[in-house]
Amino acid sequence: MKLLKTIRLSKENTLGFVLLGMFLLMALFVPNFLSAGNIKNMMFQLPEFGILSLAMMVVIITSGIDLSLTYRAALSGVIIAMALSAGAAIPVAIMFGLLAAVLCGLLNGFFIAIVGVSPILITLGSMILFESISLGLTKGNSVSGFPPEYRVIGNGAVGAVPISLLIFLLVAVITAMLLNRTKWGRGVYMAGSNPVATLFSGINTKRVLLLVYLYGALLTCVAAVIMTSRYNSARVDLGSSYLLQSVAAAVLGGTNIQGGYGKVIGTVYAVGIFQLISSGLNLLGTPRTFVSVLMGVILILVLMMNYYYDKLADKKETAGAAA
Amino acid sequence: MNHFLEMRHISKTFPGVKALHDVQLLIKPGEVHALIGENGAGKSTLMKILAGVLQPDDGAEIKLDGEAAAIEKPLDAAEKGISIIYQDLSLFPNLSVAENICIGKTFGRSLFSRVNWKTVRETAKKAMAEVGVKLDLNTPAERLSIAKQQMVAIARAIAFQSKLIVMDEPTSALSNTEIEMLYRIIENLKAQGIAIIFISHKLNELFKVADSFTVLRDGNYIGTYESSEINEDKLIALMVGRELVKEKYEKHPTGDSLLEVKCLSKRGNFKNVSFTLKSGEIVGITGLVGSGRTELVQAVFGLNPPDEGEIVLYGKPYKPVSAEKSVKLGIAYVPENRQREGVVLKQSLTNNMTITCLEKLKYRIGLIDFSQEKRLAEYYMESLDIRPRIPEMSAEQLSGGNQQKVVLAKWMAIHPRILIIDEPTNGIDVGAKSEIHRLLRNLAKEGMGIIMVSSELPEILNVSDRILVMRHGRIHGEFSAASATQEMIMSVAFKGKEDEKAESLQNA
Repeated sequence: MKLLKTIRLSKENTLGFVLLGMFLLMALFVPNFLSAGNIKNMMFQLPEFGILSLAMMVVIITSGIDLSLTYRAALSGVIIAMALSAGAAIPVAIMFGLLAAVLCGLLNGFFIAIVGVSPILITLGSMILFESISLGLTKGNSVSGFPPEYRVIGNGAVGAVPISLLIFLLVAVITAMLLNRTKWGRGVYMAGSNPVATLFSGINTKRVLLLVYLYGALLTCVAAVIMTSRYNSARVDLGSSYLLQSVAAAVLGGTNIQGGYGKVIGTVYAVGIFQLISSGLNLLGTPRTFVSVLMGVILILVLMMNYYYDKLADKKETAGAAA
Repeated sequence: MNHFLEMRHISKTFPGVKALHDVQLLIKPGEVHALIGENGAGKSTLMKILAGVLQPDDGAEIKLDGEAAAIEKPLDAAEKGISIIYQDLSLFPNLSVAENICIGKTFGRSLFSRVNWKTVRETAKKAMAEVGVKLDLNTPAERLSIAKQQMVAIARAIAFQSKLIVMDEPTSALSNTEIEMLYRIIENLKAQGIAIIFISHKLNELFKVADSFTVLRDGNYIGTYESSEINEDKLIALMVGRELVKEKYEKHPTGDSLLEVKCLSKRGNFKNVSFTLKSGEIVGITGLVGSGRTELVQAVFGLNPPDEGEIVLYGKPYKPVSAEKSVKLGIAYVPENRQREGVVLKQSLTNNMTITCLEKLKYRIGLIDFSQEKRLAEYYMESLDIRPRIPEMSAEQLSGGNQQKVVLAKWMAIHPRILIIDEPTNGIDVGAKSEIHRLLRNLAKEGMGIIMVSSELPEILNVSDRILVMRHGRIHGEFSAASATQEMIMSVAFKGKEDEKAESLQNA
């Protein structure tokens, strides 16, 4: 049992060591890796991806998936951008963006939680829907020209620490708190493993699931603000490359694709690993395509490792149960 | 008489655990042999060795028809005429009856060989005929009742020319009529010289069907007995290693009325059902599977809103619309299907036990207090004797009896006034069973009102104060436990049995 416990614990810890090891390796062997410019770049690039990955993770814990994630962020970003360029005050513009994101989340949540359609189908549909709306609004152009105060959110820093990074850390802490230490969070894990038994325990599983999609919507809006502010523009494909990457980060972070398990810290480590690989190889002048190939390989390796961990743990369990 | 199967000196060691210790099992051709023991006695391990899923330790001796046989993988067992019908039947739900029967035989050895559908259908038809039941061979397995799925599984064993069929808890999901049918099929198989190993917790039914018994306890071989030389009490004593005292019925003083159900109806489930539940009382509801018992109690709990009728809860009208609301009002429900509806297998025992009462474990800004939660979990693990006592362990690692205690613990934690419990001891070993019965009696003594649905008549008679018998969605009889007998209940539950039989044959 003791061994089992350590194995279970070490899933996230292992990832933490991998992250640390990679950082040290790159610091030693990649020229300019520790330069102020590179560190700064990494710190500015990571938050938006991190927040989107956390949003994806929460959905995956309920054994769902959110294919509309980045398109919802883009729509929310486009609306903020349009409001800003029409002269709206920054808080007002963000409120509009939040409203759009929440409506999108409500749409997904309604069909998934209340009607009971499978998440992959609904979010596939709403992905196309949100994309079309953004396209209709922007006519395919990018919307830009924001007040300088707005651009501070994505580009400003407190001392050496980017504001966006602080926002990401705050989001991570809040998400961890909500998942681990509230009734809702416990419901997310329980319903992710077995919705029927959870419902039979007097938990309103529909409300739990609806709130999951609303929380996801809130996080995409935060990511949308950071992205539009950093790029100083918004387009239909804002952040679209993060869609499957966020699934990869959540899964790399140990989240069970079948639901019921997933930790914020794991996803945070995974996001860090992705960032290190991408920046490090970039500095080495590795072609972009090769970077993607490498990320795929690493993902498969880690998933294999997780698989064998679980199998090993299972073996211990059967032995224990026979006692 | 020669034995068909001889397993001797079977030991199995898992890392750190000796699951079987020098066990033997001898099966004659054409006999029904019951393999019994408490959960964890080693029955499953022994059957897994027979099936080729597990390998025994060195020194084991397995003979088939008097010749040494090596069963190294499941395919070996199948080729040597050994079939195992697991509790979940292991059919392919989307495949037809015929495909299920012939699965593994539909293709030739070559990778590109084609399916000969004519042979498939003929083999299936012949196997079903030997079982003695007619089924549409094209129906997907998932559309069949459990009983019929079981017949398909038996037909599959026949199609594989099995000489030994292992049935693991074959009757646990069947109604009494269906069990009768299974017995007839078993008689049929016996007549053809097929031996059967029958695993069940229901001792009384074993005496109807088994010719001999092998008892295991804690991985040890206790003995093999002819059914003529042994009785139920002796078997129980051998299984648990001590005499089990049957507790005498004792009347609880009852208090205020907690629940009044008046003329409750739900189309296709139950009709015009009325009953009351008082504090301190255990009301047993029995009847055949499919008589509407589960649907009725789920309606009261808010999972199956009724069409018509009234419910009065604690003197006030109550509309059961959701489980959430019922739980808030102090109603608890332990469902029949423990693994699917009762526990969340992949989550920790703590999470399973505190899911009902997280509000009570909050501190400061509304966050869950882990230390308080841990104390609560440990308290219930201690008081219900849940083993092993590791709150972080996932529920799937526990035995059935301990899982049921975890489900009970989660409800004890909200101190309900009404407890609804559906098949409280289904598939649970004898020791845990009497612990759960004792717990239910104690809870009633403390003033809880308990509705207990059960198919097991001894359980109904021993535990309840009042007994309601359902048939076809209606309550057809009410007895006080003191005066009721098994025969009285059976006659109410089975009245019109002939009609039903005719009906089921038509549907077949």
